[in-house]
Amino acid sequence: MTAELRKEETAEEFHKLIQGYPPEKRYIIPIMHELRRCYQYLPRPALEMLADHMQVPFSQVYGVATFYKAFSLVPKGRVNLKLCDGTTCHIKGSQGLIDEIYRTLGIRPGETTGDRQFSLETVNCIGACALAPALIVDEKVYAQVSNARLQEIIEQNRRGEDGTESN
Amino acid sequence: MAQKAIDPAVRILVCCGTGCIANGGLEVLAALRSGLAHRNDMEVESSDSALVTGCHGLCAQGPFVRILPQDITYCRVQAKDVEEIIAKTLEGGTLIKRLLFRDSQRKEFISCRQDIDFYRHQHKIALRNVGEINPDSLDEYMERGGYQALRKALEDMSPDQVIAEVTRSGLRGRGGGGFPTGRKWLSCAATADSPRYIVCNGDEGDPGAFMDESMMEGDPHSILEGMIICAYAIGASRGFIYVRDEYENSVRRLEKAIKDARARGFLGTDILGRSLDFDIEIVRGGGAFVCGEETALLRSIEGEAGEPRDKYIFPSEKGLWGQPTVINNVETWVNIPVIIVHGADSFASVGTESSKGTKVFSVVGKVLHTGLVEVPMGTTLRRIIFDIGGGVPRRRKFKAVQTGGPSGGCIPESGLDMPVDFDSLRQAGSMMGSGGMIVMDDRTCMVEIARYYTNFLAGESCGKCTPCREGLRSLLEVLTRICHGQGNPGDLDRLEEIGETMRLASLCGLGRTAANPVLSTLRYFRDEYRAHISQKRCPAGVCPELTELYIDAVLCNGCTLCVKYCPTRAISGQVRQVHVIDREKCIRCGECVSRCNQDAVLVR
Ligand SMILES: Cc1cc2nc3c(=O)[nH]c(=O)nc-3n(C[C@H](O)[C@H](O)[C@H](O)COP(=O)(O)O)c2cc1C
Ligand code: FES
Repeated sequence: MTAELRKEETAEEFHKLIQGYPPEKRYIIPIMHELRRCYQYLPRPALEMLADHMQVPFSQVYGVATFYKAFSLVPKGRVNLKLCDGTTCHIKGSQGLIDEIYRTLGIRPGETTGDRQFSLETVNCIGACALAPALIVDEKVYAQVSNARLQEIIEQNRRGEDGTESN
Repeated sequence: MAQKAIDPAVRILVCCGTGCIANGGLEVLAALRSGLAHRNDMEVESSDSALVTGCHGLCAQGPFVRILPQDITYCRVQAKDVEEIIAKTLEGGTLIKRLLFRDSQRKEFISCRQDIDFYRHQHKIALRNVGEINPDSLDEYMERGGYQALRKALEDMSPDQVIAEVTRSGLRGRGGGGFPTGRKWLSCAATADSPRYIVCNGDEGDPGAFMDESMMEGDPHSILEGMIICAYAIGASRGFIYVRDEYENSVRRLEKAIKDARARGFLGTDILGRSLDFDIEIVRGGGAFVCGEETALLRSIEGEAGEPRDKYIFPSEKGLWGQPTVINNVETWVNIPVIIVHGADSFASVGTESSKGTKVFSVVGKVLHTGLVEVPMGTTLRRIIFDIGGGVPRRRKFKAVQTGGPSGGCIPESGLDMPVDFDSLRQAGSMMGSGGMIVMDDRTCMVEIARYYTNFLAGESCGKCTPCREGLRSLLEVLTRICHGQGNPGDLDRLEEIGETMRLASLCGLGRTAANPVLSTLRYFRDEYRAHISQKRCPAGVCPELTELYIDAVLCNGCTLCVKYCPTRAISGQVRQVHVIDREKCIRCGECVSRCNQDAVLVR
């Protein structure tokens, strides 16, 4: 399973995507979900177009976009490390992994490396608590990640290999 | 090789719940299918005999492969084991010992699932189909009695009778509040307004719990059936299932289930030939914990930021778009068909005086068999954690169990014999919540855990009301100071004071319960707070500034394992000589503590 291909960030693409939904307010969040799937973040021009489409002030769309944790207003790195910091993962050592990532890549949760290769995001429970601590990279879930395993995962992705083998 | 024919009646169930997928379940399934397709004498299609199921519950031992009719369960199966399973077990009829479940207490290998303690003590009602059927197959659901409850309700019962049956069963909402479900339906049905709506709360915001997920991805039709029955009872025309953002699998399986149910006439117009019109759509959450709260959730469906509102009028009177709305939790919905088919009395015969039926718990953390456990209400914590969960692993000591999600509380060892139901947990300073149970051992710092939950809730507070927003911020500041070794003697009273104010003055349930983790740990583990403040010591060895790790010279056998795994190379020592930790280099990550087989790394 790989993430959907990223589309071009053009007005035409945004337009096509947004016009696929009726101009009813309840579709604001589904549209944001689709934008996120395509671009991994919500580009500002797309949000402006969305506000027009719904005939609501931009501030309202902005308010929704910033309220929900699933949405980011800034682009993510090529590889987005999604680390679970749910309770189970936390007591099984996710804080140590956050520290290790900082030591290795110099980024904290919410940040992206200078070369735009990696970004780190923490999430609260992905429903795989029995396998804590868990890390998701490109929709693949890595179970019971240790510091050593984390280094391997980072290395694999640095080289752009897909890490399909499981432990 | 002389091959024996594979019994054409054989069915192989492969768990493809989220946990098992993470451990390679899909690869096992693919290997089984291609392996079976290569056996020429197989009369059945390989895809008919190797089947996907939802979660088997015992996730840490996954991926699971269960072979029927012999009822052999293999654990921790990897794709490379599949060839051997086909040759030895399916063709040769012998067991592969290494893949069997090993009971470490009884020191034996177990092949039949029902003989494993983890399953033996359970009582499955809500999870009746999860792990037994292919969640993508409506036929399999119907073979196990699916949609009979709907038929019975529509053909033999009036809407009022349905509500009365649910009321009589004593079912209370499984989403946390424990509100009587029948009463909720009745108050919605009693309004004069229409249209009316039905909502399934599948937000499962509790970080560390996955029971609703297992039902959505393992038995989606039971949820639909419960909702359709309610639609008939209260006269609703549309339903929504609000699914937590992270649950990709659940969304996919629910979508398929809705499509199939429509095609068979269980959803849509004139359901089962009666004049009932009802349809369901899925709404994906945006990753905000407060959206699990019902009024916030409804606003989120409407396309707004999910801020709660004061509930002087309940959603059952004014909910979605101002219309009467019944909102129930996933597990609540799944119980409905059972109540209708088997009757309220049969349902109410299980459980305690005030809490009927069963409850699913996700038992995780420092426990041997992590996974999903369904037991009658009133079962003791000891039974759940020790008899079913197998107790705390690695010879460590049980310290507390946290129930009720981020705003629940921690219960110490002295509370282990308490029968668990809505009311007993509240008395103990915690709550039922949606059923998360996180087991903690002596390597869990209770101050740090309180700080963790407070930090989580501070990030999730919607900010609308001051007591919650500012209260959480102050609590967090004090707790962070204590964890860093800068606590003052007056801090504990201050924490209690802030917590009490928040409980009294906050707008919604989030703020009113947000101080629970702090208050309950203060109640039971005050000494641990004091150690942080006056001795500047973290007894669990978690808070880095207050921890010093050392290697016990008697226990250390010089295996060099810790030397190998130390990320900062702070440990020195040769084979079979006592190792030493360099205090300057040590970052207290605890890797050595968990790696050491001799338990020789200790906290000073
Ligand atoms: C902060 C907060 C978070 C909540 N999160 C959830 C949740 O994730 N899932 C859920 O079913 N109920 C949650 N609830 C409870 C719901 O508000 C509501 O009581 C429930 O959905 C009603 O269904 P029930 O009667 O079947 O339990 C939450 C409540 C609060 C105050
Ligand atoms: S807490 Fe990390 S998967 Fe549940």
